[in-house]
Amino acid sequence: MSSQAYYVPAQSRWPILASVSLFLMAYGAATLINALSAESGGMLGLVLLLLGALCMGLIMVGWFGHVIDESGQGLYSDQMDRSFRWGMSWFIFSEIMFFAAFFGTLFYVRVLAVPWLGGEGEKGVSNMLWQGFEATWPLMTTPDMNAFPGPEGLIDPLHLPLINTLLLLSSSVTVTVAHYRLKQDRRSQVILWLLLTVVLGCAFLLFQVLEYVEAYHELGLTLQAGIYGATFFILTGFHGMHVTLGTLMLFIILLRVIRGHFAPDHHFGFEAVSWYWHFVDVVWVGLFLFVYLL
Amino acid sequence: MGSLEQTVHSTDHHGPAKGITRWLYTTNHKDIGTLYLLFSLTMFFVGGCMALTIRAELFQPGLQLIMPEFFNQMTTMHGLIMVFGAVMPAFVGLANWMIPMMVGSPDMALPRMNNWSFWILPFAFVMMLSTLLMEGGAPNFGWTFYAPLSTTYAPPSVTYFIFAVHMMGISSIMGAINVIATILNMRAPGMKLMDMPLFVWTWLITAFLLIAVMPVLAGVVTMMLMDIHFGTSFFDAAGGGDPVLFQHVFWFFGHPEVYIMILPAFGIVSEIIPTFARKRLFGYTSMVYATGSIAILSFIVWAHHMFTVGLPLAGELFFMYTTMLIAVPTGVKVFNWVATMFRGSMTFETPMLFSLAFVVLFTIGGFSGLMLAIAPADFQYHDTYFVVAHFHYVLVPGSIFSIMAAAYYWLPKWTGHMYNEAMGKLHFWLSFIGVNITFFPMHFLGLAGMPRRIPDYALQFADFNMVATFGAFLFGFSQLIFVYNVISCARSGKKATARVWEGSHGLEWTLPSPPPYHSFTEPPVFTNPHRENS
Ligand SMILES: [Cu+2]
Repeated sequence: MSSQAYYVPAQSRWPILASVSLFLMAYGAATLINALSAESGGMLGLVLLLLGALCMGLIMVGWFGHVIDESGQGLYSDQMDRSFRWGMSWFIFSEIMFFAAFFGTLFYVRVLAVPWLGGEGEKGVSNMLWQGFEATWPLMTTPDMNAFPGPEGLIDPLHLPLINTLLLLSSSVTVTVAHYRLKQDRRSQVILWLLLTVVLGCAFLLFQVLEYVEAYHELGLTLQAGIYGATFFILTGFHGMHVTLGTLMLFIILLRVIRGHFAPDHHFGFEAVSWYWHFVDVVWVGLFLFVYLL
Repeated sequence: MGSLEQTVHSTDHHGPAKGITRWLYTTNHKDIGTLYLLFSLTMFFVGGCMALTIRAELFQPGLQLIMPEFFNQMTTMHGLIMVFGAVMPAFVGLANWMIPMMVGSPDMALPRMNNWSFWILPFAFVMMLSTLLMEGGAPNFGWTFYAPLSTTYAPPSVTYFIFAVHMMGISSIMGAINVIATILNMRAPGMKLMDMPLFVWTWLITAFLLIAVMPVLAGVVTMMLMDIHFGTSFFDAAGGGDPVLFQHVFWFFGHPEVYIMILPAFGIVSEIIPTFARKRLFGYTSMVYATGSIAILSFIVWAHHMFTVGLPLAGELFFMYTTMLIAVPTGVKVFNWVATMFRGSMTFETPMLFSLAFVVLFTIGGFSGLMLAIAPADFQYHDTYFVVAHFHYVLVPGSIFSIMAAAYYWLPKWTGHMYNEAMGKLHFWLSFIGVNITFFPMHFLGLAGMPRRIPDYALQFADFNMVATFGAFLFGFSQLIFVYNVISCARSGKKATARVWEGSHGLEWTLPSPPPYHSFTEPPVFTNPHRENS
């Protein structure tokens, strides 16, 4: 590192374009959501949102493609590699904190807020608001059943969620196997194991969709079903979005392996995605324990 | 797409591009630092105009100029703009300019992402300010946007506010990741962590705080969005949720956030005082550990903002004692600054004046914070002007003064010209007097029971309010001197040397003033003269 000159990229159009797209997405989303709530129009918001998302997708392809090009030309030193590693690690840390906010919410309502509403504990005086309300978890009968009709049934944790747990845990194994095969430069094996990981991810998502359909149509477990439904859907929903993104990234990595990218000793793109996948997996274990099982 | 023109730049020293594309496409830490600083200055004046609107209304009791609805929008937007638009971007701008030069690298670790972090901000604030023109008006629920005021009773523009906050969060997180990667990975060979200048150290810890708590802010506004538009009941007890939960999550972000706005200030002052006292910083190691302790403690004090919402007694006590504990590392810092000056050969150039005012006035703000930390006493102070006085003392003569000090301290390095010292001193004294006239009477108003966020007040508060408004206009208009001084310094002035200040130390002063477009294209050799076992 001592005698090496630094690499500094030249000017780039991607970031400013990405800012414009992000703005279109955010403005579009806000306009759309407001229109939906007011039940009037929504076209403008939808168009802006989709336009922004489309541009953002294209920009990501271009920007990452550009980085891959530069890496392929050998412009990146070990130091650059380390910067990417720090960047990805701290990004995952920020994601952990994002989920921590929702887990914290879940624990707060389970351990403190709902029991207080039911008259237990030091702040049980809040039971005066809805006298006769009884605290249970999962909360099937909400304090105000007209405004927030509680769920009629719950997801059986030992059915779809258990299958999903096994699917995600084994997908963490398969992606690790793929990584080892990549280090041994056995490309066809890498493709096989990566493909298996993508299939497992897709299967997880499919089951998650089935579970949501069941929740909405058979169990009355909805976003409006009081605090259990709210915490259930925000945690599993954001996790599902992360699995979707992770599966998409794994798929892109798979395409890149097929195209002959990645060397046995130089494949940070691969590692970053596998880190992300393990993170998504760990979050699921927390979900399975605290949302479904306990 | 255009990848080949950007291949080999590791050796050629290309300068800035021409025209507007220099600023739109830039990957240069100095350009991006300048953009951040100019953006921050603009927002400082936008938020400042809102503050003066508030103070003008409060000049006399009774409704004089604006309607209460608009007054609420002004207090809300003033707070949000000053926190997210003025103070935070200013520190990020300083980090961009100074960290690569201080650690001996050519640029930030991830230069393209750096550009993206900045350019999200103007769009986010266009969106935020556009709410002023929307039906139902801008957000009017205070900068802390407590539920249910910000959910059930919010104007429709709250949706835009939520997405603007998301954009600011993305910007901050990426900026912070860049700072950490630069500090951990781009230091000159030989520079150990404990050799780093304190500004770099404080920013390393600040960046950690940003990455830890901005996602929590994103989480809380997302739950708001769900409650408003999708029928969830996170903050509604009718569904089993709890409005107090909002405050817990918000302040879990909010308290570390106030340290995000003060730790870099500690770093700046720790750079400037040794220079003008012509002595080494007293207690470097303890400064580093104190900063770390403050950061860790900041995660377990949040409910001191919520003493009156009805916490269990154990909670009141826990958060009272942990909050008081923060006074220990902060006291270490103040002691070290004073000890650095003790028997130093001090001179009082503008950056030093601002730093000295920082030490004194920030300490006043710290003490009033300590008063607020006493849970039983807080039942009296809560939501009064005493709180307003407290946080303005730590943010205006705290954060803002440190930013001013930093600007004067490094302007000659950035522009290659000395600023006008007489004008700088005039700016300092008017600001110093203005700030104290504005905010000191607010302590008395608060202790006498004047509530915050109200456009009208009882007659017995009239005198102090009049004084405060006078001070606010004095402070506000004296900032124009700063703008004039910066512009004239950028254009012309006495040539600055590389060292600029007689007592300055560190890698940034080994570069010429102004420094080359890429700070260090070859890693400089770094040796710490003070390290014993090197
Ligand atoms: Cu606090």
